[in-house]
Amino acid sequence: MSLVTGLYVVLFYAATVLLVVGLAFRIKKYASTPAPLKIPTTPAPTTQSGVVLRLFREVVFFESLFKSNKWIWLFGYLFHFGMLLVLLRHLRYFTDPVWTWVALMQPFGKYASFAMLAGLLGLWARRFLVDRVRYISAPSDHLMLALLVGIAITGMGMTFVAHTDIVMVKGFFLGLMRFSPQPLPTDPLLLAHLGMVVALMIVFPISKLLHAPGVFFSPSRNQVDNPREKRHLAPWAARLESGEQR
Amino acid sequence: MADFEVPVLREYPIIPKLKEGTMAHSSPYVAKAVMQEPLGFPGELLDNWKEVAIEKMGELCGKYRSLQVYLDSCVKCGACTDKCHYYLGTTDPKNMPVARQDLLRKVYRRYFTFAGKYFPKLVGAADLTEEVLDDWYSYFHQCSQCRRCSVFCPYGIDTAEISMAAREIMDAVGKGQKYCNEIIGKVFKIGNNLGLPEPALRDTLEGIEEDVEDDTGVKVRYPLDEKGAEVLLVTPSADFFAEPHVDGLIGYGKVFHEAGISWTLSSKASEAANFGMFIGSYENMRRVSMRIREAALELGVKRIVFGECGHAWRVAYSFLNTLAGPFDFLDPRYPVPQHICELTNGLIKEGKLKFDKSLNDDMKLTFHDSCNVARASRMGDKPGGQFVIPREIIKACCNHFYDMPADTIHESTYCCGGGGGLLTDDLMELRVKGAMPRMQALKTVVEEHGVTNLVAICAICKSQFAKTLPYYGFDMNSIVSLHQLVSNAIILSDAPKDDDENDDDGDDA
Repeated sequence: MSLVTGLYVVLFYAATVLLVVGLAFRIKKYASTPAPLKIPTTPAPTTQSGVVLRLFREVVFFESLFKSNKWIWLFGYLFHFGMLLVLLRHLRYFTDPVWTWVALMQPFGKYASFAMLAGLLGLWARRFLVDRVRYISAPSDHLMLALLVGIAITGMGMTFVAHTDIVMVKGFFLGLMRFSPQPLPTDPLLLAHLGMVVALMIVFPISKLLHAPGVFFSPSRNQVDNPREKRHLAPWAARLESGEQR
Repeated sequence: MADFEVPVLREYPIIPKLKEGTMAHSSPYVAKAVMQEPLGFPGELLDNWKEVAIEKMGELCGKYRSLQVYLDSCVKCGACTDKCHYYLGTTDPKNMPVARQDLLRKVYRRYFTFAGKYFPKLVGAADLTEEVLDDWYSYFHQCSQCRRCSVFCPYGIDTAEISMAAREIMDAVGKGQKYCNEIIGKVFKIGNNLGLPEPALRDTLEGIEEDVEDDTGVKVRYPLDEKGAEVLLVTPSADFFAEPHVDGLIGYGKVFHEAGISWTLSSKASEAANFGMFIGSYENMRRVSMRIREAALELGVKRIVFGECGHAWRVAYSFLNTLAGPFDFLDPRYPVPQHICELTNGLIKEGKLKFDKSLNDDMKLTFHDSCNVARASRMGDKPGGQFVIPREIIKACCNHFYDMPADTIHESTYCCGGGGGLLTDDLMELRVKGAMPRMQALKTVVEEHGVTNLVAICAICKSQFAKTLPYYGFDMNSIVSLHQLVSNAIILSDAPKDDDENDDDGDDA
C-alpha cells in the first residue's frame, strides 16, 4: 500500500469516526436538553402530525426562507438539492452491485452539480455584495463556501474534464467499508476532492453545519400548539415546583 | 420635538443601508440594589462577574433547548437582516437579528465550542470583556422580543430567546434593567405594575361605574374581589385609568353585563402583565403567575379571562398552564385562560350581543396585530384565530375597516416599537425609531382609505402609539382599544329608551 493510500485510509476512518461520534453527541445534547416552555412560532399546528408536516415543508421546501428572501431561497435551494442529487449519485461508489435507481439517476446527479455550484456562488456573492450579509460574515463563513465550491469544482473536473480511474476509486471505498484497504489513484484532482471532503466531514459537528440536525430540534418549529389543553412541564421546572411545596 | 432624527416615512418602504454605531449610545437606566434584590439578583455588578456570566450561560444552555440549538444553528444566511423594526428604523447593524444574536454567540463560541476555543478569529469568537457587556446591555435592550425574525429564519431561530437569556445573565451578574425589575418588584409588593393599592383601585372602579351609568343610564358593574363570581378578569393595570385603555375596560364590563355573566377583578392579581418574561426569568415569571392561581382559588371563580394585553396573553395562553397549573378546579367547558376577544366573539356568534354599528361611523379603522398575540399565542381553536377573531369583532361593531399591507400584519406584523420591557422614557429615541415600519404601514392605509384610527389589543402597544404617533404627524388620540369600539356600539338591552330623560346626552362621541 502506497503512502498516499495509507494516508487517505487513515483520514477517512478518522473523519468518519469524528463525524458520527461528534454528531451523535450533539444530537444527544439537543435531545436531552429540556424545552421548559411552549414557544412555537404561531400560527402553529395543533397536532403532532401537523408538526411533522410543518417540519417537512421547512426541510423540503425551505418554507420560512421562501417567505423571507427569494434570492437566498433560490441559491440555497439550488445548492442543497443539487448537492442531494450529487450525493445520491455518489452511492454508486459505495454499493456493489449498484442499485437500479442509483444507476438510473446518474445523469441527473451529474448535471445537478451545476445547480449546486451556481447556488454556492450565488450565496458567496451575497457575502460580498449585500452590505448586511457582508457585515455578519466571519472568515469561517467564507472558508466554508470555499471548501464546498472546491469540492464541487474538483468533482465536476473529474466528471466532465479529466476522468480518474473510477473503478479503482470504487475499489478503494468498498475496501474501506470491508476493512481491507485497496489502492487509491493519485490524480491531484481526486486527492484534492477527497481531502476537502474529509475536511468537511471533520468540521461538520463543530461548525454551523449543525443547522442540519438543529432544524429538527428547533422549539419554535417542532412544538405542538396545545398549551391550554396539555400541561407542559420540564423536569427541572417540576423539581422547582416540588421544592417549593415541601 | 426630539433631540434625535425622526425617520422619514417614504412613498414605499425600503431596506436601509447600514450605518455602524448609530444606536450604541442607547441604553436604559441600570437597576439599583433595592430593585435587584427582591427578585433574587445581586444588587450591583459582581467583582467576579465574568466567571458568573460564563457559568450562567452554561447553565442556561443546559436548561433551554432553544438557546442551545439557536446558538449552534445559525448559518449567517442573512434572511433575518431586514426583518427587525429596530434595524429598519435605526440602520444600526447590531439591530439586525443575527448580529444581535452574535453578540452573545461570539462569547458562547469562545468559551463553549472547540472552534472558538482554538480558532477564535476564524469563527468570530470573542472574549467576554467590559465592552462586550456594555454592548449586551445596550443592544439586548434594543430587542422587543417580538419574534418577527423567527418567522423568517429557516431554522426558526428566535432572537427573543437569545435576548431573554442575555438579560437573565446580566441580572445574574448584577446589571439588571431598572424599568423591568422595578415593575416586577411593585407586582410582588402591591399587586400591579403601576403600584395601585386596593383602596385606590376600588375608588377608580366606582368612578367608572358612575361614569358608565351617567353615559348609558345602565348600572353596569365593575366589581372587585367578589367571591363566587363566575369569571376572574385579569387585565393590565393601565386599563384602570389611562386613555384609551380604560375605554376598553368599560367595554369588557358592558359585555359581561349584557351577557349576564358575573365577573370580578382581583386586587391580588390586579395586573395581567408579567415582566418576568421580558427578563427571561422562569422563577420570577412563575411567581408573578402564581398570584393569578391564588386569586382564582380564593375567589372561587369558574373561569379566568384576560383583558387586552399582548405579552400577558403570551404568558397566559402559552405558559400559565405550565407555570401555575393545573387548573382542574375551574370549569372544564372553557379553555384556561380565555382571551376577552374569544369571549366577546363567542357571545356575538351566539347572538347574545347586539350592536349599532353606526355609532362607530366617525372612525375608519385599521388593526394592529400585537406581536405576542400574533406570533406567540392563539385565540379560538384554529391556528390563526388570533388574526380572525379580533377582526370579526371589529367588523361586527364598525362599518369601516381596512387592513394594512399584507407584509405588515398577521404573522408578519411589525412591533409597535415599545414591547419587551422597552416602554420607558429613557429609551424614547429607540421607541420612536422602532415604530417607523408600523407608521409607514399606517400611512399607506391613511392615504388609500382615509383611515382615522388604529385599533390595538395590547396595553404596551396602546401606550407606545399614544406617545409615538405624533412624531410621525398622526394624532395621539387615534389609537383606540378594541373593546372601546365594542363599548361604543353595544346595545344594552336594559338601557332606558330614547324618549327617557337621558335623551340629550346620548351623542357625545
